[in-house]
Amino acid sequence: MARAVTQNRKIINTTAAWAVGLLIFFPILWTILTSFKTEAQAISDPPVFLAFDWTLENYGAVMERSNYARFLWNSIVIAGGSTILGIIIAVPAAWSMAFVPSKRTKDILLWMLSTKMLPAVGVLYPIYLLFIQLGLLDTKFGLTIVLMLINLPIIVWMLYTYFKEIPGEILEAARMDGASLKDEVLYVLTPMAIPGIASTLLLNVILAWNEAFWTLNLTAAKAAPLTAFIASYSSPEGLFYAKLSAASTMAIAPILILGWFSQKQLVSGLTFGAVK
Amino acid sequence: MATQHSRSAARLMMAPAVVLLLGWMLIPLSMTLFFSFKKYLPLRGDSMADGLDWVGFANYARFVSSSSFWPSVQATLVIVGGVLIITVVVGVLLALLLNQPMWGQGVVRILVIAPFFVMPTVSALVWKNMFMDPTNGLLAYLWKFFGAEPVAWLSQAALPSLIMIVSWQWLPFATLILLTAIQSLDGEQLEAAEMDGAPPLKRFWFITLPHLSRAITIVILIQTIFLLAIFAEIFVTTGGAFGTKTLSYLIFQRVLESQNVGLGSAGGVYAIILANIVAIFLMRIVGKNLDA
Amino acid sequence: MGQIQLNQVTKSFGDVQVIPPLDLTIEDGEFTVFVGPSGCGKSTLLRLIAGLEDITSGHIAIDGSDATDVPPAKRGLAMVFQSYALYPHMSVRKNIAFPMRMAGIDQAEQDRRIEAAAKALNLTDYLDRRPGQLSGGQRQRVAIGRAIVREPAAFLFDEPLSNLDAALRVGMRLEISEMHERLKTTMIYVTHDQVEAMTMADKIVVLRAGIVEQVGSPLELYQRPGNTFVAGFIGSPKMNLIEGPEAGKHDAATIGIRPEHIDISETEGMWQGTVGVSEHLGSDTFFHIQSGLSSEPLTVRASGERKLKYGTEVFLTPQAEHLHRFDQNGIRIE
Repeated sequence: MARAVTQNRKIINTTAAWAVGLLIFFPILWTILTSFKTEAQAISDPPVFLAFDWTLENYGAVMERSNYARFLWNSIVIAGGSTILGIIIAVPAAWSMAFVPSKRTKDILLWMLSTKMLPAVGVLYPIYLLFIQLGLLDTKFGLTIVLMLINLPIIVWMLYTYFKEIPGEILEAARMDGASLKDEVLYVLTPMAIPGIASTLLLNVILAWNEAFWTLNLTAAKAAPLTAFIASYSSPEGLFYAKLSAASTMAIAPILILGWFSQKQLVSGLTFGAVK
Repeated sequence: MATQHSRSAARLMMAPAVVLLLGWMLIPLSMTLFFSFKKYLPLRGDSMADGLDWVGFANYARFVSSSSFWPSVQATLVIVGGVLIITVVVGVLLALLLNQPMWGQGVVRILVIAPFFVMPTVSALVWKNMFMDPTNGLLAYLWKFFGAEPVAWLSQAALPSLIMIVSWQWLPFATLILLTAIQSLDGEQLEAAEMDGAPPLKRFWFITLPHLSRAITIVILIQTIFLLAIFAEIFVTTGGAFGTKTLSYLIFQRVLESQNVGLGSAGGVYAIILANIVAIFLMRIVGKNLDA
Repeated sequence: MGQIQLNQVTKSFGDVQVIPPLDLTIEDGEFTVFVGPSGCGKSTLLRLIAGLEDITSGHIAIDGSDATDVPPAKRGLAMVFQSYALYPHMSVRKNIAFPMRMAGIDQAEQDRRIEAAAKALNLTDYLDRRPGQLSGGQRQRVAIGRAIVREPAAFLFDEPLSNLDAALRVGMRLEISEMHERLKTTMIYVTHDQVEAMTMADKIVVLRAGIVEQVGSPLELYQRPGNTFVAGFIGSPKMNLIEGPEAGKHDAATIGIRPEHIDISETEGMWQGTVGVSEHLGSDTFFHIQSGLSSEPLTVRASGERKLKYGTEVFLTPQAEHLHRFDQNGIRIE
């Protein structure tokens, strides 16, 4: 719009947008605030917003109870491990599809995406059974493999899209400049692909961290990540809102921060590039 | 650039991903199919070692004729439909709003996107306890403030409550995508329409909305696939009670709770077919984009 | 040092043969231009010489030794791409150094060559910038610099000026020609712009649909085009081509006469016509004359001061010694 926007209009827009934004964000905000209250103040009537005695006791209680650190570690290992493993497998695949495409390339890509559409309930029991037989139930390893498999299509897809954006002529120029395949990969391709790989890593770590089907059903005490830990608060005893808030805040904080950085990747990754 | 040599190298490089996904798809799927035709209740003594009885399509028939089936279909349709309507309609409005000139657009964006990054168990429990609890929840307090009787959300209005929770989670996704689509609309088209004398509402209806139709379709398709599989939210709030048992949850219960593997597997096959139908439409759109 | 020979070279993509058997020799030190309309195969031919595409059949020899199966990295040729293809994550200095790094040249020599190239191309102030921070013309110079430091047997240019604006194009044309005079290295240059071809080439290869229509020096092609295609392609504005009875009067199926070789008069002449649009360039005037001789208007060049109103009756006389004759196959009749 080349015309000047009136100040009034801008004020109205800003007010409306901030109101809606804060409304949507409110539950998260409330959770963070409540995590610093005492249990009594958490359920006080009328509810207190900011005027309360801030305390860290809930964080302490949560971390002591049931070894919070282990759940955190499990989340990190599983989310990080599955994503890194996925990237290692996906990079050569995405590469060959982007730079040496064949007639089947498009079909293979679409087929890979379709495996993500598989409803988890449909394969729950077989996987459960297999895991028991292979001794993978309630292991970080088993869960890492499963999460890697469900995110692999997205990882391949995202890397493929990023690789495709690298102009072929630059690689040809490297070839003309005397670069061997190894030189081409090392000095030209990889540096240019790093932003894409980073974005893929970011988005998929988030998706794996938040995954709440397999992490709930395939784990018990040993390999349970934060998703399961929080789920254990679903029927507790006594006052617990403040502790729930503390546990929740700790569980979601890293991802909220990561998520802020990955908005664009979110759109293109999750819509498989159909919306750019 | 593509010589014989590089073609075989390429095939080799694709192999791990393809083999793994093939295995991931075929092995459990064929097992589910296998179980669906058998009578298998491990808690009642059936075991694979002793051999399982073949029951043909009995499980399929029983699954559909069970008294829980149609209610679960209904619950699924209500939840999926409800969330879709809310997220798309509010998403479009929000996207339009965020596209306007304002101060602090970046911050508002973050505020709106945040719920999507909250893990489902956290959002479900936060809503269940801190907002919807009829004694101590914020909504109860709000109701009391206006002199009304607080609602026991998750028991009296379980489906709407679930729809509210899930919509809150997925609204950012829809908004982000619709916002991206709106921003890709060439401003000059709207200016041309204005020169042609079209008022704002008509400009929205005839130009903006059709441009958004593709993005809306994608949002609907992708969300449907994920919404059909909602699990954690039901698991930690109602456990399937009060009419919130969706088709997926029903299958889950049959398989893992009541441990009627044959019956649950048949249900699983139904779910897979359903998801595939939606997926076919989605893949067509994505496929068209690949050619672009 | 940079003699290139193509022997019965063909190129097919799948079942489609885009270049039928082609023979061509490029002498050492020559500035050869491949020119032709879009899709004529000129870029493909260049890429075959570079080794970026495989030859379907035939042989390529560089300085006498067969290079048909030699990979591009080892052919000793340097290429300047249409999009410049600079490495975006490297500084200008590193971009120019890259080929030398690949060749294992020692650091001191690398620095020396970079300094020399930067000075010759006016890049000394930009050596530490990234390509993203440079203008189109500067990027192009970096691409050329990257090619120069390799001291190749031949330079290959793939439409290097088409992404530049008109003024820059003229300047760069001169610089590249200067470079050729200085370095005396073989240069093969692809363009669709016949002005570039005429002004820069020692030898022009005119291509159409993969076939070499004619090879010769610019003036040869201008004065003695071998067929109607070359006649109409070389020279701007295009040569007037006339078929039908008027051509028959000169014992040909088609006759051709360039705009600058037609005299125009308001009183008398061989052909009659009506003045259509006049284009005044200041240095010249081009009149487009409607005549019964051909469906297209005839283009006539006159001096810059000449003015004629739209619709004026005029007479045109072609200069007999510049009249070209072509037979029914479009081939030149001597």
